[in-house]
Amino acid sequence: MDQSVRDLSSGVWPAGLTRVPYWVYQDQHVAKAEQTKVFEGPTWNYLCLDIDVPNIGDYRTSFMGAMPVVVARAEDGVVVAFENRCVHRGALICLDDGGSVKDFHCVYHAWRYDLRGNLKSVAFRHGVNGKGGMDDSFKLEDHRPRAVRITVLHGLVFGTLSDDAPDIETYIGPEITARLRRVMHKKVEIIGRFTQALPNNWKLYMENVRDTYHASLLHLFFTTFRITRLSSGGGVLVGENGVAHASATMGAPPAADKNYEGIRSDNDGFRLADPTMLDSQDEFHDGIQLQILSVFPGFVLQQIHNAIAVRQVVPTGVETMDLNWTYLGYADDTPELRAMRLKQANLVGPAGFVSMEDGAVGGFVQRGVASASDVLSVVEMGGATADTADNRATEASVRGFWKAYRGVMGL
Amino acid sequence: MSDAETLFRLSGLNAAYAAAIDADRLEEWPNFFTEQCLYKVTSADNHAKGYPAGIIFADSQAMLRDRVQSLRIANIYERQRYRHIVGMPVLCGEPGASETAFVIVRTMRDGKMELFAAGVYLDKTVTGSDGALRFAERLVVCDSGRFDTLVAIPL
Repeated sequence: MDQSVRDLSSGVWPAGLTRVPYWVYQDQHVAKAEQTKVFEGPTWNYLCLDIDVPNIGDYRTSFMGAMPVVVARAEDGVVVAFENRCVHRGALICLDDGGSVKDFHCVYHAWRYDLRGNLKSVAFRHGVNGKGGMDDSFKLEDHRPRAVRITVLHGLVFGTLSDDAPDIETYIGPEITARLRRVMHKKVEIIGRFTQALPNNWKLYMENVRDTYHASLLHLFFTTFRITRLSSGGGVLVGENGVAHASATMGAPPAADKNYEGIRSDNDGFRLADPTMLDSQDEFHDGIQLQILSVFPGFVLQQIHNAIAVRQVVPTGVETMDLNWTYLGYADDTPELRAMRLKQANLVGPAGFVSMEDGAVGGFVQRGVASASDVLSVVEMGGATADTADNRATEASVRGFWKAYRGVMGL
Repeated sequence: MSDAETLFRLSGLNAAYAAAIDADRLEEWPNFFTEQCLYKVTSADNHAKGYPAGIIFADSQAMLRDRVQSLRIANIYERQRYRHIVGMPVLCGEPGASETAFVIVRTMRDGKMELFAAGVYLDKTVTGSDGALRFAERLVVCDSGRFDTLVAIPL
């Protein structure tokens, strides 16, 4: 079929949540529809932390899918955001990752905006010596970059272009909002910021994040050092609408755990020469050693022992994406706890003993399915529904992703 | 020791360090560090802002050995190799402190070759009782904070 005339809704995609066609990771038209329906649709996109813009006039640039966004602290102290695009000729209004300003000027022709993105002045609006300039009918207030509706949830700044997005706690659901608050419950500090460029469609990464089945099979580190095993306690919460998930590992696996016999990831011969890398403190006092939480479309909050990070997914093409990591500590960390976070951070990020594998495996799928557009993948572990489960040998949360996705895409 | 001698020894250390990694003699890599050391891979932006975390963070030679062992037997990644090009060291005034620019080209299993990392090593070196010069601290400050999905081999 000619890709350029493919009718999205006619693609082979049976009803239900247990089958996913590979064209959904490959099609330029799907990606274009996602920009409109997902990233600019009735979803909440994570943009930055509120501590990125602590004072009036502070700004940080971010993305909603492909759309560049400026997040700023306005004169009244409120966090606001608008499309990072000058209404004149479309140039970026802000070029840097962040900074502090009185107002915004487009560098191209010096059009000026206030902190909320309202157009305030146009250079040479009245021309020179009575010649040139804008027609008198030109009204500043008729022109402004698209305003982004903002909500700040426990220090996390989310934005949407849609009036139809429900309030954020309804969107995420009460149970998973509580799990988010569990981590973001006090003042955080940024301790590092890195971007990992992944060679796969953004949805493959979000599926990986929600895939509680793979973690102890792909990652030898998790299994061998008993950080998380399917035979440990725990489970996965999936919101009713599929929008959010939170998986948890609780307690230790059985001392003599026969469940992983013969599986590559259980390597009894592997011992750390310096086990201080795995030293941790129980700082949440609820027995959850590992929690991975996501909010559709592209937000992840991670707590692996004391390694805490937020991750933002930004598609950079049909088959590429950036994963923006912000490593966090708490403002009241003791030096010992802070040192533990720095060592445990070796598990995550582009060089992470665990995350480097998650970064690679999406590329393995992207390449593996190159000639299988109309084939369906199997997402059937733990049944066919996207319901909360008291175990992690399930793909319920992955099905939740597709529930949310198909709903908003109308596919 | 004259500055010329110091530069000569540092250049030798850097060249041997790069050669060991590029020839996949990773087991030798921890030996370029003191027992208690700091090896961190970060970016210029993180370094300038004073953010303490790195994408690799090791405060002992044993942690460096663990990373090599993990790459050898634990981690899943595609076969690849580096070619380091290291510049002339610059002495920083403080005794034992120096910095050296580097460029790393990575070649993947399928032959794809790319400029993988560029930046500066910020080093503190000491001479051990055996007379060998080692890194007590090596901060790998990459010019870019955007890394390929897989920084497996040490920089």
